[in-house]
Amino acid sequence: MTRQEILDLYFMDARSKLIDLAAFMDRMERSSGPEDFRMKAFRRALTELGEGQKHRAEAVLVALSDPTTEPIPAATTKAACGAWPEGR
Amino acid sequence: MRYIEPHAHMVSRVTDDYVRMATAGCQAICEPAFWAGFDRSSAAGFNDYFCQLTEHEPKRASKFGLPHFSWLCINPKEAEDVKLAEEVVALIPKFLDRPNVLGIGEIGLNKNSRNEMKVLELHVDLAARHDQLILVHTPHLEDKLKGTRLILEVIRSDKRIRPERVIIDHVEEHTVKLVLDTGMWAGMTLYPESKCSPARAIDMVEQYGNERIWMNCACDWGVSDPLAVPKTALDMRRRGHSAEAIDKLIFQNPQKFLSQSNRFRI
Repeated sequence: MTRQEILDLYFMDARSKLIDLAAFMDRMERSSGPEDFRMKAFRRALTELGEGQKHRAEAVLVALSDPTTEPIPAATTKAACGAWPEGR
Repeated sequence: MRYIEPHAHMVSRVTDDYVRMATAGCQAICEPAFWAGFDRSSAAGFNDYFCQLTEHEPKRASKFGLPHFSWLCINPKEAEDVKLAEEVVALIPKFLDRPNVLGIGEIGLNKNSRNEMKVLELHVDLAARHDQLILVHTPHLEDKLKGTRLILEVIRSDKRIRPERVIIDHVEEHTVKLVLDTGMWAGMTLYPESKCSPARAIDMVEQYGNERIWMNCACDWGVSDPLAVPKTALDMRRRGHSAEAIDKLIFQNPQKFLSQSNRFRI
């Protein structure tokens, strides 16, 4: 597909998600209290979106991933939270 | 359009979903054993679940003209209790001769713990001893990359397992190449909120090719869409993929992998 065709197909959807993203960050700033590791990881992942970057989706997923290699001693929860709590 | 739904938890769905899937062109449904949303209290609970997957659900699907196949295991979310897992794994062989059983799955990891690894090894050994296909669940979100690497290590270290008889499911952009490079198959799960969107799944096909890869909806009791595969096929058409290329991805590929079990006949 050409870039024009991709824009015709996906621009409005991407625009909508971009505004949602911006609104989420505004909402976080307006709210009170401390943030946690998720927002730090989110900001780190955002830096992967810059011009000239390649494989952005992969880079964002890696930025949000547990980088360690050894199994953890025991599972204390079943759920994942979407970002790796550093130093766990 | 014709397609195979290679991963759907139909015990959690209503009969209307069977009607919609059959209407959309579904030719067969495959149902891996999974977590019920709560921990079962004993191996007997799994015995009943395996009966449901191999007796009751195929009958329910057949009312809508859909062949139903299943995979058996204890899901990684319940694998922290190794004693329970050993009891459940010991139950599985008596179900392996049931006419709709395709193999061992969906095994894998959830939080990447030591006990989950032990139970994964038990399942891989079970599959090797009984010459079964393997369907693997990879962990969610931040745990997926590490878990996929650990899973691939376990499977590759067992020389009895042939990679072409293993599908690693729920791949995303950071794991798809890792999986395909091993010679195993990769499954892309189309979810509304997590895992893959239709657009991203098609991106991966365009980047990594359409060999040894399939798409599934993995619909269950959570936020999921039983029609995710045919909807993604429509998106592929909008992106200029040919009818033959779409058919290969959503019908021929799953048929090729699943037909390695002589029970998969549609």
